[in-house]
Amino acid sequence: MSEWWTYRPENFLLFSPRVYWRMFELHNAALWPLQVLALAAGLIIILLVAWRPRSAARWLALLLAILWIFVGWSFLWNRYATINWAAAYVAPAFAVEGVLLLVSGLLLDGLAFDRRGLAGWTGYFILAFALAGQPLLAPLQGRGWASSEVFGIAPDPTAIVTLGLLLLARGRLLPLLLPIPVLWCLLSGITLRTMGEPQAWALHAALALAAAAGTWTIIRQRGSPQTA
Amino acid sequence: MRTTRRTFVRASLATAAAALLPISLHAQEGSPARRPIPSTREAMPIVGLGTWITFNVGGDPVLRDECADVMAAFFEAGGRMIDSSPMYGSSQPVVGYGLQKLGRPSTLFSAEKVWTSSATAGPTQIEQSRRFWGVPKFDLVQVHNLLAWKAHLQTLFQMKAAGAVRYAGITTSEGRRHDLLEQIMRNEPIDFVQFSYNVVDREAEQRLLPLASERGIAVIINRPFRQGALTHRLKGEPLPEWAIELGVSSWAQLVLKFILSHPAVTIAIPATTRVDHVRENLAAAAGPMPDLAMRERISAYVQAL
Repeated sequence: MSEWWTYRPENFLLFSPRVYWRMFELHNAALWPLQVLALAAGLIIILLVAWRPRSAARWLALLLAILWIFVGWSFLWNRYATINWAAAYVAPAFAVEGVLLLVSGLLLDGLAFDRRGLAGWTGYFILAFALAGQPLLAPLQGRGWASSEVFGIAPDPTAIVTLGLLLLARGRLLPLLLPIPVLWCLLSGITLRTMGEPQAWALHAALALAAAAGTWTIIRQRGSPQTA
Repeated sequence: MRTTRRTFVRASLATAAAALLPISLHAQEGSPARRPIPSTREAMPIVGLGTWITFNVGGDPVLRDECADVMAAFFEAGGRMIDSSPMYGSSQPVVGYGLQKLGRPSTLFSAEKVWTSSATAGPTQIEQSRRFWGVPKFDLVQVHNLLAWKAHLQTLFQMKAAGAVRYAGITTSEGRRHDLLEQIMRNEPIDFVQFSYNVVDREAEQRLLPLASERGIAVIINRPFRQGALTHRLKGEPLPEWAIELGVSSWAQLVLKFILSHPAVTIAIPATTRVDHVRENLAAAAGPMPDLAMRERISAYVQAL
């Protein structure tokens, strides 16, 4: 792309806010009542993290992997790509995140969701926001429930829940699982901001919180001789 | 640098000479004025319909029907040229849907683009676009944003020679790469050139518009409202009283008339999702046009707001 410095985010915005939010309305209507199941899956995720029964980490990884692959296929590939050709290139990344979760959490049993302290509580807060707060943003902004973004159905809450969970997790493969949710939150936040949508702050705030809590944890670990 | 009386008159004369037709912006009462495409003298209504963002509605059945309504109003008001691109998401199939719903209006002038960095993928992409539109062939295909322009222009010239397309052209937008565009306009036998020009972005007056007149190249103006930002900025400001003599009832019409009154401009392609706006745009193509002094007055007034 020549003269790239002359391009602004709005040069890459191919659709109007009205088309964007109606896309969620149509998607929700097409998948109803899967939203109930998806929210139930969200609740199970919180219970698994909080109570940590045996094999909790494997179940968490499996659940998240299924939902990443499902959202990538049903939303990005089948719906979003019709108004944004770039989504067709992002959809495989969602599948990759799903596969990474399966490999690291299920096959290698390399994740443990037992981190507590500041990172853990920030993770819980982000989880709670994505599951219960994000669907409220549509009616709060006057768009009605029909265009609500629900975890496991829409990509933003799915990525934010994953960020929250990764803050609660430990494991050598964690750095592999972070880039895709982080990049999605960045990209989607920029898209919403370019459309002039105030809820862009939700993605950016989740990212900022996760980054702050993650950095704090790393600094503390390095400063503590007991921690490996 | 602004359009001077000298360059304005020179452009007017060059346009008239190229077409061997008198410049007549006053068409039949209420119908849009026409200007000739210099290479063939085919008369073209001076307002077309762009599809950037506005027609990218995916599979949404309600919004697809709204786009078809806009197209119906466009054809009813005497419009002909609809412009799209493979870059515009679902705009191509949405145009195709509208055309099918309207019974494929015979007055359509289809303007498409080729947009791929692969030289060899051009013909396949053009064929895919043609299927989306559901037309036997395109009237005009343009190289989008000068991407792989050498190879694609050769493809378009070959297609034109074979009768697979009627006109060949090239596009840019928002003032990008005007030097290269100028070079292509000087050296390549293109029928159309497309770039951005409006009451506040007047760089094209310096070289591109006079050159188009001199070389007999039809000019399509994109982003006439700066993608809505200009009309948004002017919203709420009262129209100046002196604008009434031009028969305008909105800022959109006034800034469109500014563009259309440049003698080197063949057609402007505003995009809209609203039936009342498409009618308003076509109405701006009828009635009196500003002269040079009035053009400067419009520009100075808008820039001062």
